[in-house]
Amino acid sequence: MDWFVFVVAGLATLTGGLGVVLARNPVHSALMLVMTLFAVAVLFVAQEAHFLAAVQVIVYAGAVVVLFLFVIMLLGVDRSEDIKREPLVAQRPLAVVVSALVLLEVLLLARSRWTTGASSLAGPASGPGTNIEKLASSLFTRYLLAFEATSILLVIAVVGAVVLARRTPGGGLESRQEAAPPSEAAAP
Amino acid sequence: MRVPGAWYLGLAAVLFTIGALGLLVRRNVLVMFMCVELMLNAVNLTFVTYARMLDDIGGQVLVFFVLVVAAAEVVVGLAIIVAIFRRRADATADDISLLKG
Repeated sequence: MDWFVFVVAGLATLTGGLGVVLARNPVHSALMLVMTLFAVAVLFVAQEAHFLAAVQVIVYAGAVVVLFLFVIMLLGVDRSEDIKREPLVAQRPLAVVVSALVLLEVLLLARSRWTTGASSLAGPASGPGTNIEKLASSLFTRYLLAFEATSILLVIAVVGAVVLARRTPGGGLESRQEAAPPSEAAAP
Repeated sequence: MRVPGAWYLGLAAVLFTIGALGLLVRRNVLVMFMCVELMLNAVNLTFVTYARMLDDIGGQVLVFFVLVVAAAEVVVGLAIIVAIFRRRADATADDISLLKG
């Protein structure tokens, strides 16, 4: 049963990943990304990371991909890309070679033993109690400072997104520097 | 029978390679961004696998933080892409090779 789940979810993961890379239409890429994210969530469940599987579905498949699709539709770039066109000479073969080397290196590294056998700092993953209890008790004690820092990070991200996506209504610093006519700004 | 962790690690390595390949091959900035997400997911899968293999919840805590950082990264990155597309309608990675627009 475990093998069945692994094989099915693994195949879905790889199919979705290849679909993201090979799809001509960005919308199809985003949908293939959803498939990969769901399959990875299944693999999380298979390894008793139940909370992370739920977060994966809610945050990634729910929020991130919707954001992607929203931007795709907003910008109107949901037309197919000519995937045959190759502006840089020999970019694709080189990319394949480099990727194969990366895969080879990662697999070689995975074969050697890098773990030192040090005892767990964050607490055991198995044992009594649910997964979310152990995750939370570790997150809110040992990793509390990092957890607080992520709140600052999220605030910075929100402020940065607002500043970047803001359209200054004339007379602003950015519009003077850009000197772009408003008709062009409204074109897409 | 449990699946050995090595299989998960191999799967994550292949997924990471697919993401890296897409990042190198594709020219649409949005698709390149999705390939970054693929690579992040591959690393998350590795973390969860090691959390199981080493019986350490720290791997899952780290995945939690990766998820938060990835969400922030997507928000800022897509805002940058929107800002770029506002200036020019058709932007591939080749067209924005100059810092001075």
